[in-house]
Amino acid sequence: MDFELMQKVFPFFLEAAWITVLLSVLTTILGLILGAVGASARLSRFALVRFLGAAYVSVFRGTPALIQLFILYFGGPQIGIQLDAFQAGVIGLGINAGAYMTETIRGAIIAIDKGQIEAARTVGLSRFQTMRYVVLPQAMRLMIRPLGVNINAMIKATALVAAISVVELTYTAQRFIGSTYKPFEMFLIAGVLYMIIIYITGQAVSWLDRKARIS
Amino acid sequence: MGLDFTVIPQYLDIILWGSVWTILITLGAAAVSFIGGMFLAVIALYAPLFVRLPFRAFAFLFMGTPLLLQLFLIYFGLVQVGIDVPAIMAGIIGLGLHFAVYNSELFQTGILAVDKGQIEAARTLGLSRMQALRKVVVPQAIRDVIPPIGNNMIALLKDSALVSVIGVSELTLSAQRAIGSTYRPFEFYVLVAVIYYIINIFMEAAQRRVERRVQASR
Repeated sequence: MDFELMQKVFPFFLEAAWITVLLSVLTTILGLILGAVGASARLSRFALVRFLGAAYVSVFRGTPALIQLFILYFGGPQIGIQLDAFQAGVIGLGINAGAYMTETIRGAIIAIDKGQIEAARTVGLSRFQTMRYVVLPQAMRLMIRPLGVNINAMIKATALVAAISVVELTYTAQRFIGSTYKPFEMFLIAGVLYMIIIYITGQAVSWLDRKARIS
Repeated sequence: MGLDFTVIPQYLDIILWGSVWTILITLGAAAVSFIGGMFLAVIALYAPLFVRLPFRAFAFLFMGTPLLLQLFLIYFGLVQVGIDVPAIMAGIIGLGLHFAVYNSELFQTGILAVDKGQIEAARTLGLSRMQALRKVVVPQAIRDVIPPIGNNMIALLKDSALVSVIGVSELTLSAQRAIGSTYRPFEFYVLVAVIYYIINIFMEAAQRRVERRVQASR
């Protein structure tokens, strides 16, 4: 174990870790928005909208995220979409995460007892009000933990953008493995930084979950 | 630059061979992940502490880091310790180990879910601990965890695209080769996405069939 080398390269990894954090945060935000839209579509009254929601989930969960990223970044310019690697990473991973989150959010909503919806409608609440005041507050509580699982997987999926040369943790590790031939050392530094990011995120999710349960 | 899908037929054989390799790699890695997962589960539950701890550290490290990073470690790490394996072997081992850790978690819950009375009964009948485990507990545990393991295997198919990054010529890298000479990334990556999607559909159908048979055997 070459500790001197590890110390020397560490600042580069730390900088790369911030890019991984930034990617994760932006992707989570985009994923949650698309997940909410997707779940609404899948639960829509209109068959066509339901179909579009289901197609979104099926296509983006049924193909590799790496290929989705390549289509967007390398194929995008052919259909008039010019993005730099970081933007393509956020948008590509966000759309992919959105498909998984759609299923999570939908699962939490349909887990709410149908009797409650009927009761709310009977006492005169509109469909929208029923959703807003009865279903969503309860579904929110149910979806925090599974969304945490999605986010955990997504943080690890941010490594894929190394393949389109975004200088994040995995790309940095790959570069230093190539130039120093010390794969174990580089893996260890990047691995520990990933685990710190995932640990902090996990704690945040547990905290949110506890808070939601108390209220 | 518009789209032109007419370039595809010329490269179709490369792409189809790539698909064959993707399927073979997926099957190979699935086998590694299944056997490895069972092995890890038995160690996690029954091995003495000094054996258990290093394996737990390994599982912890593999669950908390991205697959792509692990593939780099395995490919370049094996070379560093003097084992020069071809990229495809490194890819199968890397993918297999990654999913073995996830499968191990499932097997562990499966094993623990088997009624303790059954182990006691098997022991009473004169089976050794190992025999009771192998002939009574594990077969039932496997049956119980087949559906979630099927999900892992479908995830494995999609993650097999990552081994292209360490230079394994499967479907994704075949597409990159075709793109290298045609400069048509959109057309070929969409084609490849469609192929992955089709394999995915077949795997889901197979999973449903197996699940039905498992349900029937209960």
